[in-house]
Amino acid sequence: MSSAANLKKIVTAAVVYALLVFTALVCLGPFLWLLSTSLKVNANVYQFPPQLIPRPVNFKNFADVFRIMPLWIYIKNTVFMTGLGVALNAAICTMTAYPLARIVFPARNVIFYAIVSTMILPNAAGMIVNFIVIQKLHLYNTLLGVVLPSAVSVFNIFLLRQAFITVPGEMEFSGRMDGASEFRIFWSIMVPMVRPAIATVVIFDFMGFWNSMIWPIIILDDKDKYPLTAALQYLQGNLSYNFPYIAAGTIISVIPIIAIFLVLQKQFINGMVGAVKG
Amino acid sequence: MATTLSKLQRRRAGFAYLMIAPGAILLLVFTLFPIVYGLPLAFTNYSAVDTTKWVGMKNFHRAFGDPDFLVALKNSLLYVVVVPIIQLLAILMAVLVNTRLKFVSLFRTAYFIPVVTSMAAAAIAWKWMYEEKGILNYILRSLGLIRQDIAFMVEPSLALAGVMLVTVWKGLGYYMMIYLAGLQSIPAELTEAAKIDGANRWQVIRRITIPLLMPFVLLCSLLSVMGAIRVFDEIFVMHGPKGDPVNSTLVTSVYTYKVAFQDFDFGYAAAIGLVVALIILVFSVLMFRYTRRGGLTYYE
Repeated sequence: MSSAANLKKIVTAAVVYALLVFTALVCLGPFLWLLSTSLKVNANVYQFPPQLIPRPVNFKNFADVFRIMPLWIYIKNTVFMTGLGVALNAAICTMTAYPLARIVFPARNVIFYAIVSTMILPNAAGMIVNFIVIQKLHLYNTLLGVVLPSAVSVFNIFLLRQAFITVPGEMEFSGRMDGASEFRIFWSIMVPMVRPAIATVVIFDFMGFWNSMIWPIIILDDKDKYPLTAALQYLQGNLSYNFPYIAAGTIISVIPIIAIFLVLQKQFINGMVGAVKG
Repeated sequence: MATTLSKLQRRRAGFAYLMIAPGAILLLVFTLFPIVYGLPLAFTNYSAVDTTKWVGMKNFHRAFGDPDFLVALKNSLLYVVVVPIIQLLAILMAVLVNTRLKFVSLFRTAYFIPVVTSMAAAAIAWKWMYEEKGILNYILRSLGLIRQDIAFMVEPSLALAGVMLVTVWKGLGYYMMIYLAGLQSIPAELTEAAKIDGANRWQVIRRITIPLLMPFVLLCSLLSVMGAIRVFDEIFVMHGPKGDPVNSTLVTSVYTYKVAFQDFDFGYAAAIGLVVALIILVFSVLMFRYTRRGGLTYYE
């Protein structure tokens, strides 16, 4: 009896593990196949039947790809764009959210509802009008032109406002008793209290900027100002005869975000799932 | 109310305005202004070549006589097919990872990786798999499912489905996590009590799990409908700004991009955008009507 129950348990576990592995192969397969391709010598790339595990493993494509395309420049562009975008967005959204949550001032509700309305009203021509505005501001073909329209986001303001609201009033009061300035109360007392929310915002922003493709393509004219995603999209058409280079470049472009995700996976998942569940 | 603000209040208000100013200016220029300006823009011929004139309803008449736009609209609506597929697969995955077996969190993490990577990278990876002499044909052949290689990228009747598969694949990990949270929010006492009362497994699923999961299904459906209508990157990378082959992957967002940023026909592009926005609005109103009964209020 108990051995039959045991057997049933083992069989169930085996089936579940088989399904888990199968699903993992489906989820990671495309990237694993890309990785495999990038590690092959050219003669083996178009071999049929395909070689699943590269023999020999060869890193030449990763070395070559830096020579045949200005990969360092694309990496540098991506890091600049992401760094600037994340810093601006996190700072500006935190600054905007704080007074909306903690300070009573004239026109607060008007400002708040104006912000809410932008979330509800359809922004049908957003990209088009932003493009025209960026041109009029003489920011076409500049990094600032890429970053500025995303330097503030309503969603992040809400997230941070909610976090500021939940900070207990005594914290602020004790600061006020000590005669701290408004900015000091904000910077030294309130900001540290909402660190988890800021971390969520930074993660969202990092993913958004690092992975953004079409807006940089629209705003940037010089290809050597492109971030990685835009460059890869542009090059995959031109270099399709030599796909292993594209494969290597793509693998290089996803490694940082996967690495950061693996380190901060709790924050990633809780932030992304928690944000919609509310 | 009529009394003037105290000194402290005035100082605090000044500080508040100072803090809000950068965000408010950026929102005004890059969010609120496009919403307001996009509307009249749709009634003009604003473009790279002409001098701008008010053209009334001309852009809208043109849209509904434009075969490319109509194909794009059809394909965009067709794209919503991904929504039920995503829900079904994501729920199955959530059930699969909702165990206490060892290493299961490792698998959850693995399933989430496509969510954090760029769509550009994912689309390049899939494009490579779809090659005629590629791995997917090889796998299907080895399993005996096909005899001849399939031209996933070139065959017009398959191209859209091929992109949809990429959209589904990339979103699954995300929706799985939401459904997992949903499954874990169902109190164990509830299912235990039902079992004690003699309910069988199927009854527990039907009477407890599914009803309690419904708010999550509605939330996820809403999110994925919005995503499906806005789909862009995967099509752009895999089939270009024209939605090749022969318009088979042309959707409204890609067409709007082409009209705006390749033809520089901004007025017409804005009109197309407006038509699509109106359709989305109708969609969301219908869904909200439906969800109010279903209980999205759960989240408020």
